[in-house]
Amino acid sequence: MPRGGAPVTSAIELRGIVKRFPGVVANSNIDLELRHGEVHALLGENGAGKSTLMSVLAGIYQPDAGSILIDGEPIALRSPRDAIQAGIAMVHQHFRLVKPFTVAENVLLGARTSWLLSPGRLEAEVADLAQQAGLKASPSARIWQLSVGEQQRVEILKALYRKARVLILDEPTAVLTPQEAEALFVTLRSMAADGRTVVFVSHKLSEVMSVADRITVLRGGKHVGTLETASTDEHRLAHLMVGRDIAFESARAPGEAGEIVLRVDDLHALSDLGLPAVRGASLSVRAGEILGLAGVAGNGQRELAEALAGTRPPTRGRIELYGADLTRASARRRIEAGLAYVPEDRLGTGLVGAMDATANVMLKSLSKHRRGPLLDYRSAARRTKDLVEQFGIKMSSLDAPVRLMSGGNLQKLLLARELSSSPRVVIAAHPTAGLDVGATEAVHELLLEQRASGVGILLISEDLDELLMLSDRIAVMYEGEIAGEVSADDADLERIGLMMGGTGADAPPMAAGGG
Amino acid sequence: MKPAGGLRPRLVKRLLPSRRIRVAVRLIALLGAFAVAGIFLQATGRGAGAVYRAMWTGSFGSPYGQAQTILAAIPLIFTALAVAVAFRMLLWNIGAEGQFYIGAFGATAVAYSAPDWPRWLLLAAMVVGGLVGGALWGLIPGALRAFFGTNEIVPTLLLNYVAILLVDYMVNGPWTDPATLGFPLGKPFSESAILPLVGNTAIHSGIYLALAAALSVSMVLSRTAWGYKIKVIGSNARAASYAGFSIPRNMVAVMLLSGALAGLGGMVEVSGVVHKIQANISPGFGYTGIIVATLARFSPIYLVPMAVLFGALVVSGTELQTLGLPSDIVLMLQGVILFFALAGELFVNYRLVWRAGTVSDHPSTPAPVSNRAADLEQAG
Ligand SMILES: Nc1ncnc2c1ncn2[C@@H]1O[C@H](COP(=O)(O)OP(=O)(O)OP(=O)(O)O)[C@@H](O)[C@H]1O
Ligand SMILES: [Mg+2]
Repeated sequence: MPRGGAPVTSAIELRGIVKRFPGVVANSNIDLELRHGEVHALLGENGAGKSTLMSVLAGIYQPDAGSILIDGEPIALRSPRDAIQAGIAMVHQHFRLVKPFTVAENVLLGARTSWLLSPGRLEAEVADLAQQAGLKASPSARIWQLSVGEQQRVEILKALYRKARVLILDEPTAVLTPQEAEALFVTLRSMAADGRTVVFVSHKLSEVMSVADRITVLRGGKHVGTLETASTDEHRLAHLMVGRDIAFESARAPGEAGEIVLRVDDLHALSDLGLPAVRGASLSVRAGEILGLAGVAGNGQRELAEALAGTRPPTRGRIELYGADLTRASARRRIEAGLAYVPEDRLGTGLVGAMDATANVMLKSLSKHRRGPLLDYRSAARRTKDLVEQFGIKMSSLDAPVRLMSGGNLQKLLLARELSSSPRVVIAAHPTAGLDVGATEAVHELLLEQRASGVGILLISEDLDELLMLSDRIAVMYEGEIAGEVSADDADLERIGLMMGGTGADAPPMAAGGG
Repeated sequence: MKPAGGLRPRLVKRLLPSRRIRVAVRLIALLGAFAVAGIFLQATGRGAGAVYRAMWTGSFGSPYGQAQTILAAIPLIFTALAVAVAFRMLLWNIGAEGQFYIGAFGATAVAYSAPDWPRWLLLAAMVVGGLVGGALWGLIPGALRAFFGTNEIVPTLLLNYVAILLVDYMVNGPWTDPATLGFPLGKPFSESAILPLVGNTAIHSGIYLALAAALSVSMVLSRTAWGYKIKVIGSNARAASYAGFSIPRNMVAVMLLSGALAGLGGMVEVSGVVHKIQANISPGFGYTGIIVATLARFSPIYLVPMAVLFGALVVSGTELQTLGLPSDIVLMLQGVILFFALAGELFVNYRLVWRAGTVSDHPSTPAPVSNRAADLEQAG
């Protein structure tokens, strides 16, 4: 076990950390050493215990056993405030920003300074650090005006303002576009160059390989190894992570696309703020094919998916499922017509966090779990158990609220429910965001299986590699419209990239779907 | 970074409070409330011991007191159920008081218009009258909220005055009993409009209705598809509409049920206790029901014992008056109990930790985790 190293370089040492939750040991006797000036990646499957370990380091959870040493001195971190005082800051996957406040105000929040605020001086102070954090937005901008990537920079800025010497980022790239992720890596490297320690939690092997100095792999709550990036490769890491070899390419067998199952014609819908978000989108999906929908986040993909699912009223246009007009149909009727929807916002929309797995599995199939007037929880529990086994979902117990499940397992549960309802059309929004390689592979296979069995799939994703691998055709969404469409076989990455940026529309877009 | 200051208390969140902690905290809160109220009583020179003893005899300590306690608990069960049902959907029904009055009004209208019907038929019709009246009173704020987004708190509260004044008008006018020479009392009910007593006790058979209502509400909420939908809507409205549950329709349904329950309470009260309609048929059962439901964490089952406790408080007020003490002591106690219970909730979800002023540097003693055997089922 790699452990130790020269005491001068070791910033933090975790020794024998144990953290149990009812029914699971999330961390079992984990040792981890973090050095000054390094980017240290923490890799592991969904539910491996990464977030838990980092929460222990950030003072959010108290370990059941083990000790934490900072610069060789033992320290007790009883709260996030203790951790911040010790120079440890964590950027959570779900940001903790106050949306109506400005950047500067958010940075100040919770950082104890004098009671009198002078906005001018504060903003000047923040502007300086903002540069280091790679934030281009003005300190007086309000959070809700910022993109997700910029909001993340504000979180980093908060950490810098609190003089953090150890910065933990939990799956920071899950919400970023590839370009934003690249830019984030530059920032992280420069912070390490300043002597800070950066801990980077991720599933994505390529990212880890490109940004980290050293990589620690967790599996099933145990430490399985710490490696120098220079002396390892993706296959070794994948093997360590899941304990078996991973096929990186799911093969897409040539398929026979059937009749059109979903047709969208000149659809318009408004965003939450009441502005036009979908502006005349037209597309069609055939039975047994996957239509990939590419595009930079915020170009109306979410609103389009919601309009299709029936939770956002279209202002104009037409939606047809198997030839039947469902434009004004309720969500209920669409579900009954065989439409499954995997929303991007898992806990906010797809699942009920406060309820247990069984209750969540029943969500859309109440009529199937009935005994007289009463709900048959027992048959639902049996079905849940089957799904948990079939989809390899890890959870501490069947009747714990699902909000306690790890991100990847939440997604598996959601997919399990949607795909097991024998749908005819599936809308999947970012189905592999935040999933580990093993789980991603499983999701890809599930989608391809559905395709093979004749289901029409609309796959919304920002991951072009994923789209190229799975889709038969790829449509690009830009500012609420379909900017163009290419067949996957002669997909030209550059052209797709241009269309995503809104400049490829000059090339004549192919008729959506055809026939 | 380690100048240790004095010990300072701090709150640390519990992830999943165990049932043992929840029960313990609430019991301690209850005892604490009586202790603190006792200090007040002592300070006013009345002797806490004597007051508490009198309250005990007046409520649980004598057969008469016991019956009175149960009689006061019955309407509270109904109003608390009304509050609890609405809260499943995170709606605050502050209008159980008005729904109670209007239920009494509906039942009375039936009783006066068909006094000669056979008892079973008349009582059944009065039950319907109470349910319909209350449901109507719930429907108004429910529909306003569902279709116009009007917050339900103000409409439910204002409708209380409408209902109370309506009953006032009726007992001073059309329904007044000429024999009482202008007192705001209605004519006595006919024999068949009166709920029979249970055995040879002083308790009327409305208790069966109350218990049946609590059980069925609990069953409906926890075991039926509708109850499930209500719970989903209450905990994640986005997920509910994603699953195809109609939020407005269910909101109206919940408020109909909520109002109907309080309305049934009004029917039981006039038919079981008052035996006529009169002004002030409720000493604030609707409002006390809010406290009862809140303290029972909106559980239709736990609110029954809680209603008995508050029934005892209501009854012991009268006992205090006979001793020449102000019955307002009881109101103070109610307030203190509520205060302590709400404060106690803080300790259900958080635990108090004493720690040094700044980061301490003693070797990390493994901090005990309190949620080891957390059983996850919420009370209810
Ligand atoms: N508060 C909690 N209560 C109960 N169980 C928990 C809690 N937090 C995490 N767990 C469980 O502990 C295990 C580790 O979870 P953790 O969130 O650390 O995984 P992870 O490696 O971050 O996974 P992911 O990549 O999916 O985010 C999981 O089985 C999870 O269900
Ligand atoms: Mg995690």
